[in-house]
Amino acid sequence: MTPGAHPRPAGLLARVFSTDHKVIGKQYLFTGIFFLFFAGLMALLIRWQLAYPFRSVPLVGGLLFGKGGIMGGEHYTMLFTMHGSLMVFFAVTPILIGAMGNFVVPLQIGARDMAYPRLNATSYWILFAGGLVMAASFFVPGGAASAGWTNYPPLSSDRGVTLGQGQTLWLLGIVLAGTSTLLGAINFVATILNLRAPGMTLRRLPLATWSYFFTSVLNVLWVPVVAAALILVLLDRVAGTSFFLAGANAPFEGGQPLLYQHLFWGFGHPEVYILILPVWGILSDLLSVFSRKPAFGYRVSVIAMAAIVAVSGIVWGHHMFTSGMSPLLGKAFVLLTLAVSVPTALLFLNWLGTLWKGSIRFEPPMVYALGIVFVFAVGGLTGVFNALQAFDIYIHDTYFVVAHFHYTLAASVFLGSFAAISYWFPKMFGRRMNARLSVVHFLLSFLLLNVVFLAMFRMGIAGMPRRVADPFVYEYLQPMRGWSVLAGWGTLGLGLVQLLFAWDFFRSLRAGPAAPANPWGAATLEWSVASPPPPHNFERTPRVAGGPHEYGRPGPGGRDWVPQDEEVSLT
Amino acid sequence: MTAEAVDLERPATGVASGKLGVWIFLASEVMFFGALVGSYLVLRMGSASWPLPAATLDTTLLGINTFVLITSSVTMVNAVRAAERGDLPAMRRSLLATILLGGTFLGLKAFDYAHLVGGGITIGSSLFGACYFTLTGFHGLHVLGGLVTLVSLLLFSRRPAFARRIAWIENAGLYWHFVDVVWIVLFAILVLL
Ligand SMILES: [Cu+2]
Repeated sequence: MTPGAHPRPAGLLARVFSTDHKVIGKQYLFTGIFFLFFAGLMALLIRWQLAYPFRSVPLVGGLLFGKGGIMGGEHYTMLFTMHGSLMVFFAVTPILIGAMGNFVVPLQIGARDMAYPRLNATSYWILFAGGLVMAASFFVPGGAASAGWTNYPPLSSDRGVTLGQGQTLWLLGIVLAGTSTLLGAINFVATILNLRAPGMTLRRLPLATWSYFFTSVLNVLWVPVVAAALILVLLDRVAGTSFFLAGANAPFEGGQPLLYQHLFWGFGHPEVYILILPVWGILSDLLSVFSRKPAFGYRVSVIAMAAIVAVSGIVWGHHMFTSGMSPLLGKAFVLLTLAVSVPTALLFLNWLGTLWKGSIRFEPPMVYALGIVFVFAVGGLTGVFNALQAFDIYIHDTYFVVAHFHYTLAASVFLGSFAAISYWFPKMFGRRMNARLSVVHFLLSFLLLNVVFLAMFRMGIAGMPRRVADPFVYEYLQPMRGWSVLAGWGTLGLGLVQLLFAWDFFRSLRAGPAAPANPWGAATLEWSVASPPPPHNFERTPRVAGGPHEYGRPGPGGRDWVPQDEEVSLT
Repeated sequence: MTAEAVDLERPATGVASGKLGVWIFLASEVMFFGALVGSYLVLRMGSASWPLPAATLDTTLLGINTFVLITSSVTMVNAVRAAERGDLPAMRRSLLATILLGGTFLGLKAFDYAHLVGGGITIGSSLFGACYFTLTGFHGLHVLGGLVTLVSLLLFSRRPAFARRIAWIENAGLYWHFVDVVWIVLFAILVLL
């Protein structure tokens, strides 16, 4: 075989079980969108219950909850558990890391595929199996998992007395998703380190690729920790051990429920960065492309991300201020957590620096990107509130925390996913989405996201607890009914607006206008090949001669950028 | 030459991708066993009482087993050296020795388990039993995975394609030594401590 010619997949089987990173990326994308849809529907049901507690759910109530269509408390608990778990492990991770990372990283570094193509396919199919297990868990006796996405024992390790087999399947499904993520992360780290084209030095890596590197390092280190914790819970449930059980429920002495919390948040806090880092990296690149200026403070951004990766492993205690902790230790966790805001603020300033005096083009990816800058500011700043022990003890387990992590993980991450999809859609599918529809989708989503999550902040400050099927049994929360109704209708609107995106996405797949190789005038390597790229990406291995953000430099033919595989001329 | 081979021949770090991948994988394994060992230590320190290992475990048997596994690391080193020299018959002999020693380790482990269960200590009998069976069980699964890999490599080494994959012996060796080190840590904290 000649270099560049790859064995073209022949049969249907070879196409389904493809080892091409571009195909695998699309498989992750469609899987992620599928789970996003279902987990989103669950959010709608949750908000209905909170707006109109124990009132018959319109249209689907009878089908889902039997006669009368009224959601029971146990249904509500399953819904918020599965909403969180599916969103984090089966929607956000597959879309942002599985799909976008897989598709973009090898192209951006000038590689023909990931370092281990077969392992890459295996990772996807393990996630697929995990998804099947999660889906099956809705249909077993006792119903789906209902111990929250954090899965705290002793509730979660209760041996089928109150929680059904769905809880056991949940553990299996999440361990499978984690295995998939871990294998994918090993692949990303090796690919980014080893498969860079000649001249693609670390200082010339696009910030998106840098962020995938850091995210993958965190995945390699911390996913095994949560896997260990979940396996111990699984053994508590099925093998008769008692690692996390204590008191009357435990078969023998010595188990420690609190130990689980340490292990879980040891992973759980880095997980926040695992999900947000790719958004930061993509955002940094997009702001540069659409401001036609080099990314401001490139090196500082890379160092800031590295610093966050380093500190993220030692701040988990801020999730446990109310779990009982030595005051001195609590203080250390407060300080360490606040320290994270320094590199985060540097990244933020760099984004503003990139925008400053740029020739801003309001293309759809840029519009989403600007939205992220706003919602991330809200999410990040309220994170500082949460880190303060005295304040946290008041708002712990209230809607304030829910609003905070929805600003970072829902608003920032989903706007980030939309930015990424609309930016790379032409490269992935060789067609273009409708720019006007995308902007309308952004404006409505942005408005409604803020309606829903600001309402949550308001309810949180009033002290509304999360995970309670009817918070209005508490007299002091009566004045919050209006906000809850507003959040409910806001969520319905948000859901409907997503149909607009879905319609545009699926229509453009077949009928969108053909995309040129480089529709945005971007400098990174993925735009130097055809849209969609040929099976083996690059006919010849590219020689990289410049940085990823050479914008605002006059070039031949009125071009204002220098592609990365072209020498920058100083004249 | 395939396109993958082109990529594999110019690793930007100078370390072949296969070997690099094993190192990254081992980093995640360190975190996995780190979480298990850390949990064990926290649970043990927090317990009011803990059975004396010398009184509960067959320390002689476990000592012999530790010696068996360390010896298997030596034969594994011999296999890697022979592979680097291109001396395939010597490599196969050393691989076979490693496999037999690894198998012996698992056999003695089964004997150890039977002894414990016979004495009424199971995974569900006490916190000690839960920790002992879980930690050594996960280690045993890793030994089993290593054995499957080594047996496959031994069979594969008879094929001509093996010539291009000689580095796999070294990569398998890295993993095998790691599993050995994990056992030494487990032996120290479960049996000696
Ligand atoms: Cu945190």
